[in-house]
Amino acid sequence: MAETTTSQPFGRSFTVVAKIRENARMQGLVLISPTIIYLALFLLLPLLLVVVLSVMTRGPYGNVVYRLNLQNYTRLIDPLYLRILGYSLTVAAFTTLVTILIGYPLAYYIARVPEVQRAPLLFLILVPFWTNFIIRIYAWIMLLRSEGLLNSLLINLGVIQIPMEILYTPTAVLIGMVYEFLPFMVLPLYTSLEKIENAQLEAAADLGARPWQAFLRITLPLSVPGMIAGSILVFIPAMGMFVVPDLMGGAKTVLVGNLIRNQFLTARDWPFGAAASMLLLLLTLVFTLFYTRKAGFGEELLL
Amino acid sequence: MAQFAVELHEVVKRFPNPGGGEITAVNQVTLHIQHGEFFSLLGPSGCGKTTTLRMIAGFEWPTMGEIHISGQAMGRRPPFLRPVNTVFQNYALFQHMTVFQNVAFGLEMDNIDKNEIKRRVEAALEMVQLSGMGSRKPKQLSGGQQQRVALARALVKRPAVLLLDEPLGALDLKLRKEMQLELKALQNQVGITFIYVTHDQEEALIMSDRIAVMNKGEALQIGSPVEIYERPNCRFVADFIGETNFLAGTVTELNAETARVELKSLGYELAGLKLGDLRKGQNVTISVRPEKIRLVEDPSKGIGVPKNAENCFPARVIDSAYIGSDTRLVVDFGPGIKLRVWEQNRISTLDPRAFYKQGDQVWVFLMPENTLVIADT
Repeated sequence: MAETTTSQPFGRSFTVVAKIRENARMQGLVLISPTIIYLALFLLLPLLLVVVLSVMTRGPYGNVVYRLNLQNYTRLIDPLYLRILGYSLTVAAFTTLVTILIGYPLAYYIARVPEVQRAPLLFLILVPFWTNFIIRIYAWIMLLRSEGLLNSLLINLGVIQIPMEILYTPTAVLIGMVYEFLPFMVLPLYTSLEKIENAQLEAAADLGARPWQAFLRITLPLSVPGMIAGSILVFIPAMGMFVVPDLMGGAKTVLVGNLIRNQFLTARDWPFGAAASMLLLLLTLVFTLFYTRKAGFGEELLL
Repeated sequence: MAQFAVELHEVVKRFPNPGGGEITAVNQVTLHIQHGEFFSLLGPSGCGKTTTLRMIAGFEWPTMGEIHISGQAMGRRPPFLRPVNTVFQNYALFQHMTVFQNVAFGLEMDNIDKNEIKRRVEAALEMVQLSGMGSRKPKQLSGGQQQRVALARALVKRPAVLLLDEPLGALDLKLRKEMQLELKALQNQVGITFIYVTHDQEEALIMSDRIAVMNKGEALQIGSPVEIYERPNCRFVADFIGETNFLAGTVTELNAETARVELKSLGYELAGLKLGDLRKGQNVTISVRPEKIRLVEDPSKGIGVPKNAENCFPARVIDSAYIGSDTRLVVDFGPGIKLRVWEQNRISTLDPRAFYKQGDQVWVFLMPENTLVIADT
């Protein structure tokens, strides 16, 4: 009844709307279309450009010549680049590991304090994001350099005689990376730890588990989804990071992120940079898939 | 063997109040629970029954007083060193473990041999009729099945005392009734002392050997279901257990077992059973259960009531509801005083004259032994 009376005076445009309303699948598509358009424009299209670029040729003046060329990929097999790749993997893996080691106790503590204190503590975890990333990295440089705050403090306390060389070493890169990515580990870990009901731990104690046994058998397994979510959130951006190694690792530390950046901005070899990007993308994808296959996505935490 | 399975001596628990000061959750509770007894802590929410149970389990420590389990003082002993196990309100099953792993958990903590664990877990699962479900995860089970896993997990450790915190609260009514009988049968079978927390008075009556009725942190009355129902020692117990009519009055005469009470605003005098110490002139509450009131058409005929019986008064039926087994009536007993009366339908008939209806003039007969006189506090 309603369709016949309303579709007549309003004409065709109205019937289209009515049809969408009837079809739940269409309705879903329409609702999600802004996201689809956004992703198509800003993710799919650039990605496609990179794919195309990666099989093109560098021109003599750093321009792109549109001639098919697969050498960009074969060049990547060079031991030099493989070493960079392996090193990047190691740094990203270490960063993930150290953020777990530091983030776990932190998240555990926040999840265990009375509820009113949790929000301020989580807020403190997020506060650094309010300051520009570069400025925060420079602050670390001030702290770590030979005549920096850390070294002068330790010398004045008599702990050491000569300043430690931390800045412009792999250690400095690791410190910077861990510092930058720690919140991405703490937040999902906190979410999973906070979800564990006290009754579960009481039940364990009731059944004879000492606190450390309850931790190993109950708390730790139940926080694995948070650990996985956090690891993905840390590992992926850590693989592509180039600012920290640039500023804190000096010229000595080249990660795959720096390699790509250099190809695009310095060497002006866009096709090769694009090929390296593709390799990074593929590698990250493989690692993430492998990881989630093993232990699930922790998707309930990401939602 | 110690005299009692569990003994609480003047146990007090106070919690800091978030708004300042303290809240007394449990106040001077003394209990002596026998070996093999099914003992219930019954009361409305916030009465302190769960806190009492949690103190026995070791999740909370008493502010004052002592708890003994099997004759041993518990002091501040942590839960993992107490000879008790708990069935939690929402079961608290380990969701990341299978049913088998859940039940085996407690035995693993005791470093029991693997084959022995397997044997005992399977026996426990069989006892709760869950054989073959060992490899499922708790989420794949129904509420009733999860409840059984929780029971098996606690019982497999063969505790001296099993603590149950409203274990049937999450089940639907039908399953609840089934589980009540099953739990009782299981307790007979294993012979373990059960301490059962519930707010459901019917559940407590059905299952318990003895009940402690709690309110505002105090154990008001401790006794068998019959004692608690038939001889409540205070107005709260009479009100909380079953249904009852309350009438306010003043004591006019006291005898060894009985008392005469003048009803306020009516001028009637009632004879009733004296519960506890009373004084002449004291304000009292009379409690009469609705199923114990008799309605008669004409007491002078002597049908259904002795001639010139005491406690027989004219009244008028103001509401009548037929519910099958009973007819539930409300009678007007004087200015503003209504009594609920349940008449059992003993005779099968369709004759409308067999049932009282609205507007009928009747006499209510409150037999003195059914008329309980309770001191006002």
